[in-house]
Amino acid sequence: MTPPEPDRGSDGHEELLRSLTPVALGALVRRGADFATAEDAVQEAVIKALTAWAGDPPRDPGAWLITTAWRAFVDLARSDRARRAREERSEAEPPAGPSRQTDDTLQLYLRCAHPSLTTSSAVALTLRAVGGLTTRQIAEAYLVPEATMAQRISRAKRTVSQVRLDEPGDLGTVMHTLYLVFNEGYSGDIDLAAEALRLTRQLSAMMDEPEVRGLLALMLLHHARRAARRSADGRLVPLAQQDRDRWDRPAITEGVVILQAALERDRLGPYQAQAAIAALHADASCVEDTDWVQIVEWFDELVELGDNPVVRLNRAAAVGEADGAPAGLAALADIDPSIPRWTAVAAHLHERNGELDLAAELYARAALDAPNLPEHEHQTHQAARVNALLRSR
Amino acid sequence: MAATSEGNLIMAKYLLLKHYRGAPTALHGVPMDQWTPQEVDAHVAYMNDFAAKLETTGEYVDGQALAPDGMWVRYDGENRPPMTDGPFAETKDLIAGWMIIDVDGEERAIELAGELSAAPGAGGEPIHEWLEVRPFLAHPATVTE
Repeated sequence: MTPPEPDRGSDGHEELLRSLTPVALGALVRRGADFATAEDAVQEAVIKALTAWAGDPPRDPGAWLITTAWRAFVDLARSDRARRAREERSEAEPPAGPSRQTDDTLQLYLRCAHPSLTTSSAVALTLRAVGGLTTRQIAEAYLVPEATMAQRISRAKRTVSQVRLDEPGDLGTVMHTLYLVFNEGYSGDIDLAAEALRLTRQLSAMMDEPEVRGLLALMLLHHARRAARRSADGRLVPLAQQDRDRWDRPAITEGVVILQAALERDRLGPYQAQAAIAALHADASCVEDTDWVQIVEWFDELVELGDNPVVRLNRAAAVGEADGAPAGLAALADIDPSIPRWTAVAAHLHERNGELDLAAELYARAALDAPNLPEHEHQTHQAARVNALLRSR
Repeated sequence: MAATSEGNLIMAKYLLLKHYRGAPTALHGVPMDQWTPQEVDAHVAYMNDFAAKLETTGEYVDGQALAPDGMWVRYDGENRPPMTDGPFAETKDLIAGWMIIDVDGEERAIELAGELSAAPGAGGEPIHEWLEVRPFLAHPATVTE
């Protein structure tokens, strides 16, 4: 049985605990524990630590976590008759410290986001086994019952347990998984964007790979704008209207420095290109100073790297800014109108083109097409604004 | 406004709505009170098994059934009790219950709704009941351009 989790409120310990989770899991697996049982054991130790560390964290938290997880593993292994043989080997105390920690942690990332998993399973397993979150925290963040999330994680572990050792993981799915977690943003207790940033930073420190650096830069540059993305009353504030004084300048600087170093390696990928676009926005002290011509060039690079209609839609919006609304509308005409947010981009370009009647109608349609509530409210507000303009004429 | 460069977010929640009335007529539209008790039990067991299965696949969020009676209610001005209207007229759309699922995209939601619609009815045959499938509005993405 899983003991109840204590209330949160020990944030400093929790971050340390989360960073130690993959280390402990790596140590157990290296000692010969099977991945699925070891992962359960580490989760038990994490839940214990949430209570035990709240008042008085141990002097060596890493050793504490490994020892506690190891004992939990021994108990779990003992209770499993089929694992009796392994139990003999596992009575010994765990090793003093992890020696191949970086390799082990990297292997964990690859395993937890293995291409054989669905994206939702990869997300859940990565957040628990690499991120050190509890099942309950992950369930709350994704607004599903804890039992459902527990089943999703068990199934994911069964799937990766069947993966043969000669089927290596894929850095691409690892990055995509982290990108999706980042995009999920913030809901409830757990700040998924901050967790994704932390895990990407950790991954980036383990390997010298320009696209991972590009992903880290992309996250830093978007995270930097977070305070400005919502108004005091919770409405979505589009980039053009954000109060740029509220952007986190140190985070932007860090993102730009990381991106520049990655770009110098001359191995461009889509995350670096997206980060470059975010950096150009960050670089403009007011929206009028935005270098739209360069932004369009980066969108051209993105199209080169992998043509998809969403990228071309965003490119059309940028062309509208760089070369005027008619050019933007011409670019838009080549794109399938059924893709998400096409109507929103069309509404904006037609408004800039002075066609207010059509823009009002398109904003109202964009509200109905919006995939989330803040955008629905934003597009409704836009429609109301243009209709008020029309009435006042 | 713009979209993320990698398309939609991962999991999406869908509402599967069951109607007492208002859905297109089912292929085997024998009213449930005309079934044998065993057929009713088999139908209910199918629904329960379906929910239990979705829990093990990590896709189940919630399910509830609604009583057929109810009413419309609205504000009727200051210092006045709310105005009510009902019970519902025979012609109105009437929801019988729902299930909320959290799945990898629309294709999977449709697959599951199709499976739920195959619940057995009169004669043990699938009732081919029409279910309404509605996506939830999601969170806004962090990366927006």
